Amino acid sequence: MKFDTPATTNPIDQLKVIGHATSRIDGPLKTTGRATYAYEWHDRPASPAYGYIVGAAIAKGRIASMDLSRARSAPGIIAIVTAENAGKLGKGNYNTAKLLGGPDIDHYHQAVAVVVAETFEQARAAAQLVKVDYAAAKGSFDLSAGRDGAAKPPGRGDDQPDTTVGDFPGAFASSPVQLDATYTTPDQAHAMMEPHASMAAWEGDKLTLWTSNQMIAWTTGDVAKTLGLPKENVRLISPFIGGGFGGKLFLRADAVLAALGARAANRPVKVAMQRPLMFNNTTHRPATIQRIRIGAGRDGKITAIGHESWSGNLPEGRPETAVQQTRLLYAGENRMTALRLAMLDLPEGNAMRAPGEAPGMMALEIAMDEMAERLGLDPIEFRARNDTQVDPEHPNRPFSQRQLVECMRIGAERFGWNKRNAEPGKQRDGRWLIGMGVAAAFRNNLLMKSGARVRLDRGGTVTVETDMTDIGTGSYTIIAQTAAEMMGVPLEKVVVRLGDSSFPVSAGSGGQFGANNSTSGVYAACVKLREAVAQKLGFNSAEIAFTDGQVTAGNRSVPLGQAASDGELAAEDSIEYGDLAKTHQQSTFGAHFVELGVDVATAEIRVRRMLAVCAAGRILNPTTARSQVIGAMTMGVGAALMEELAVDKRSGFFVNHDLAGYEVPVHADIPHQDTIFLDETDPMSSPMKAKGIGELGLCGVAAALANAVYNATGIRVREYPITLDKLLHRMPDA
Amino acid sequence: MKSFTYEKVSSPAAAASAVVSNSNAKFIAGGTNLLDLMKLEIETPSHLIDVNGLGFDKIEPTSDGGLRIGALVRNTALAADARIRRDYGLLSRALLAGASGQLRNKATTAGNLLQRTRCPYFYDTNQPCNKRNPGSGCAAIGGVTRQHAVIGASDACIATHPSDMAIAMRALDATVQTARPDGSIRDIPIADLHRLPGDTPHIETTLTSGELITSVTLPKPVGGTHIYRKVRDRASYAFALVSVGAIVQRDGTGRVAVGGIAHKPWRVEAAEAEMPHGAKAVAAHLLEGASPTKENAFKLSLVERTLGAVLTEAKG
Amino acid sequence: MATVSFSVNGEVRALKLDTRTTLLDALREHLHLTGTKKGCDHGQCGACTVIVGGQRINSCLTLAVMHEGETVTTIEGLGTPEHMHPMQAAFVKHDGFQCGYCTPGQICSAVAVLDEIKAGIPSHVTGDLNAAPQLTNTELRERMSGNICRCGAYSNIAEAITEVAGRRA
Ligand SMILES: Cc1cc2nc3c(=O)[nH]c(=O)nc-3n(C[C@H](O)[C@H](O)[C@H](O)COP(=O)(O)OP(=O)(O)OC[C@H]3O[C@@H](n4cnc5c(N)ncnc54)[C@H](O)[C@@H]3O)c2cc1C
Ligand code: SF4
Ligand code: FES
Ligand code: FES
Repeated sequence: MKFDTPATTNPIDQLKVIGHATSRIDGPLKTTGRATYAYEWHDRPASPAYGYIVGAAIAKGRIASMDLSRARSAPGIIAIVTAENAGKLGKGNYNTAKLLGGPDIDHYHQAVAVVVAETFEQARAAAQLVKVDYAAAKGSFDLSAGRDGAAKPPGRGDDQPDTTVGDFPGAFASSPVQLDATYTTPDQAHAMMEPHASMAAWEGDKLTLWTSNQMIAWTTGDVAKTLGLPKENVRLISPFIGGGFGGKLFLRADAVLAALGARAANRPVKVAMQRPLMFNNTTHRPATIQRIRIGAGRDGKITAIGHESWSGNLPEGRPETAVQQTRLLYAGENRMTALRLAMLDLPEGNAMRAPGEAPGMMALEIAMDEMAERLGLDPIEFRARNDTQVDPEHPNRPFSQRQLVECMRIGAERFGWNKRNAEPGKQRDGRWLIGMGVAAAFRNNLLMKSGARVRLDRGGTVTVETDMTDIGTGSYTIIAQTAAEMMGVPLEKVVVRLGDSSFPVSAGSGGQFGANNSTSGVYAACVKLREAVAQKLGFNSAEIAFTDGQVTAGNRSVPLGQAASDGELAAEDSIEYGDLAKTHQQSTFGAHFVELGVDVATAEIRVRRMLAVCAAGRILNPTTARSQVIGAMTMGVGAALMEELAVDKRSGFFVNHDLAGYEVPVHADIPHQDTIFLDETDPMSSPMKAKGIGELGLCGVAAALANAVYNATGIRVREYPITLDKLLHRMPDA
Repeated sequence: MKSFTYEKVSSPAAAASAVVSNSNAKFIAGGTNLLDLMKLEIETPSHLIDVNGLGFDKIEPTSDGGLRIGALVRNTALAADARIRRDYGLLSRALLAGASGQLRNKATTAGNLLQRTRCPYFYDTNQPCNKRNPGSGCAAIGGVTRQHAVIGASDACIATHPSDMAIAMRALDATVQTARPDGSIRDIPIADLHRLPGDTPHIETTLTSGELITSVTLPKPVGGTHIYRKVRDRASYAFALVSVGAIVQRDGTGRVAVGGIAHKPWRVEAAEAEMPHGAKAVAAHLLEGASPTKENAFKLSLVERTLGAVLTEAKG
Repeated sequence: MATVSFSVNGEVRALKLDTRTTLLDALREHLHLTGTKKGCDHGQCGACTVIVGGQRINSCLTLAVMHEGETVTTIEGLGTPEHMHPMQAAFVKHDGFQCGYCTPGQICSAVAVLDEIKAGIPSHVTGDLNAAPQLTNTELRERMSGNICRCGAYSNIAEAITEVAGRRA
């Protein structure tokens, strides 16, 4: 189905199932421990052997020699695979660094071997016996040192490293009120709870991988490319994924090594990456240095806005596009953005939840707060004065929907923003200095082709199959709701099967594009199935209704299942998009409000209240949408207050490479979180009229915290995370 | 993890003979630190002696009004004991500030005292570390040191001791009872249990080979207000950047021990004389000779400010 | 190799194991009870939480052979998809999970936390050490802090536990 004109009324608009707060259909499995994750398929390939990964001990250089003799003679050893004996390996389209290192080493903890043994304990012990001698080379590991030498990265289509509109330097220089500030965000880890894990089984030259992956089609292709197989010979199965956040978008070492290990061992092998290896072995969100300049008139109108960002990556890696939102979020006639990329020999930087906007908004939304203060304006009023209903770079291109100001105003009302004292450092509650902060939320809505197959059996059960994944996002449930709405059946009559490369290719889970696109693909397939049903039942009227398990036209009504009485009916289709995203800018908007306390003696920061207001198209399921948003708010608290991969700039690795060292928020850090979704349907986005929500909830949270810390203490911290050591020397006497 | 043989012993004598007959044996109690390190082959015992059957799991009054805590009393049970809560609140508070509910259910009194540093370079076996591999160097010096020691460190090692409980034990003047393989027993004042790193950071305590901790004794209660303040980025389930354990009497005198800053619980008795004069005076004395790194210098003012808050709180 | 037998979810299980096998791996790899998750294998996340002898512990930091004769309850023992434990049902109702990987650990912990409060065990945030701890949001959050949820379902988890606690009280 081609979606190239704005959606009109369609069966989804009945909202009998869609739009209702619905418990997850996979909930009973997940809460009782019956959902099967990648490492847990005991019955499928019988008695798999265990693989254990050896990571490189240097960040850059070569393997001078490798001695496997002791490992080979360890008890239970079946095989050891290294680059030397793995055969020729390609590199996936989506990988920057190769997944099995050697002889060249590209980054710390890059896999250099997988040791396969009868038991996990044997494999782990033998892995310690693999002796590797390295010839280390000098590397670059310091972004701030690499900043001056950073180069302009190549552009990709519409994404160019530099943009300019009007005369930014001139307008900025002549602005009566100016801000020129530099912010930094650190390297961050996805730290999903399920480690990267895969189980591989070969049948001849056909490979099946039970894995944990967000993007089945991308990864199937990259498995084939890496191992030199035809794509048809690769089957990926990934029905449950213990979190991804971008870290499982790509083929990673666990899958490659399971496959290579299984080939060498001549039997199924499973590999789970050990947690202490994950932080340096896999991808991470790269650190940024961001310079923001804003010039405004005394009327609070922005006349010039500029945003530059420096990040680092391995050769062939991409920059973190932290300036993205600044091209769209606020008005202003004179604009510039620029991306620069330094070559670093740290582990591979890549997408983590809301790449670009998450770190970009961390900086921009502090800058907006600083600017509002300079102008003597309330930060909400300042943003409202610079609202734009059109793409500021292309004024003839409107936003499809934009309710930023509404989000802010409604949130202010609910949160009690008027109780905030604009003068910082003035609110005290016992040992706590109290502050409130606000920030805009913004993330683009992306349209991606997405397919599905829908089948109807004679019992009236509808089965949906698509290679879409559910990484905690609620895909199972919203897809079931979509099919139920379209086919006029109750939710219990829908079976959803996901995450299998033998199913039609979907958008996958990433970039907050999963929900809208995958359900639209299911919509398209259901439209086809409805046609097939109508034809089968001999309905030729256009006024055909699918309700309560019945198909009705005029006064004739037939049970849906009857259409399959002499055999299952199946339909497959994809949603594909025309130009609507070109003619209209599609974005999601929101506002984040935070109240926190800063301990007057220790400068410890503890969050007290949080609210997010979101305008993101139709909310398909308020329950799962809320979960996406509170989860993102939680990640934002981590980004603001604690998360940082600490770089050892001498040896080039992330030092705090476990879950005790890399702190993410725990229960005690997170208060009750309030969410509001504005009523919105976006006919430009898809027949579902929905947009993304899972990343919007993250964009801006950290800045709202930073602004609240400023409001509490009068101390402006521009280097994330905002830890007490950055406040302490400027705190008032307790 | 290297293979090992396992035996569970039911008497100190059996523990002693097991230690004597296995040169590379280790006791295992809760296992929450030892197994963590064994998985990384930072600890590589070839024989494990499970001491959980020794029956050292009681808290009993001593003849001079104190309490004897069995070496195997779990951290949860110790923190929840009514006598500890009433008379040694500092100890309850310190225990409850540590680790997580699950870990405290397993962790034992002896194991907690003997847990090893959380220095990230110690945990990464690719890195040089004098504590893990004597003579290999110290990767932390010149590296990422936000967590590390600011006082009492050496050119060989700047690690801290991570225990919260030990800070309270130090302020409470606990003594550690042990049994050696030869059957002799001794009392070690808590102040003497942990060592500073010096040139031998791998030698962390004054226990001798095969010496078994049997109990820890608290002298009779000293009254006063008991406060334990643990400062950390994350609100829970995190090690201390700095912690302050204090007992403050009504006249302002008292005791202070500090965690997160040294290779052992840090207490300077002479500094306590300054307590009535406030935190600045105490801290100045307590931290005399400190040599922080650029990254952890904040701990000096953090100690002073936290202590200030504790003394204010004690005043009510 | 060593032998051990303990009861899991009411059934006595005898195993012959490598001494190095953790309770977690015994459950997952030998008994195929994969509801208990491995998030870190180092005591740093809580995904492996099970209830042994009525107390919650991290099954990754204990050896299987150390549990001779003991009673282990895992997530599978609390309820089934058809007959969920009230805590499991409350997690579904309040959407106290997303990817589901930390969830069995959260639920085992939550069940044990309510017992701990009932037994009068204090926590870091208990105001008066000599009084019985109260079942407040702050208490729940502190006590649940050994269970990390990277999906960030905390706010909803707190509501699920509160509802079950209320029902029980
Ligand atoms: C993620 C995480 C977070 C943590 N956070 C904190 C925290 O915030 N604060 C804190 O204080 N601690 C914290 N801990 C550490 C925890 O408190 C310790 O692991 C625990 O106290 C160790 O006790 P155990 O009985 O399990 O010791 P084990 O692991 O059994 O033993 C530790 C050592 O003591 C030896 N040993 C044990 N018993 C005896 C005995 N009777 N005689 C002689 N030697 C003995 C063992 O041989 C071993 O060398 C944390 C741990 C983890 C994993
Ligand atoms: S500080 Fe001590 S423990 Fe850490 S690396 Fe140096 S020697 Fe090892
Ligand atoms: S797996 Fe045991 S605590 Fe993480
Ligand atoms: S539900 Fe995914 S980590 Fe908690």
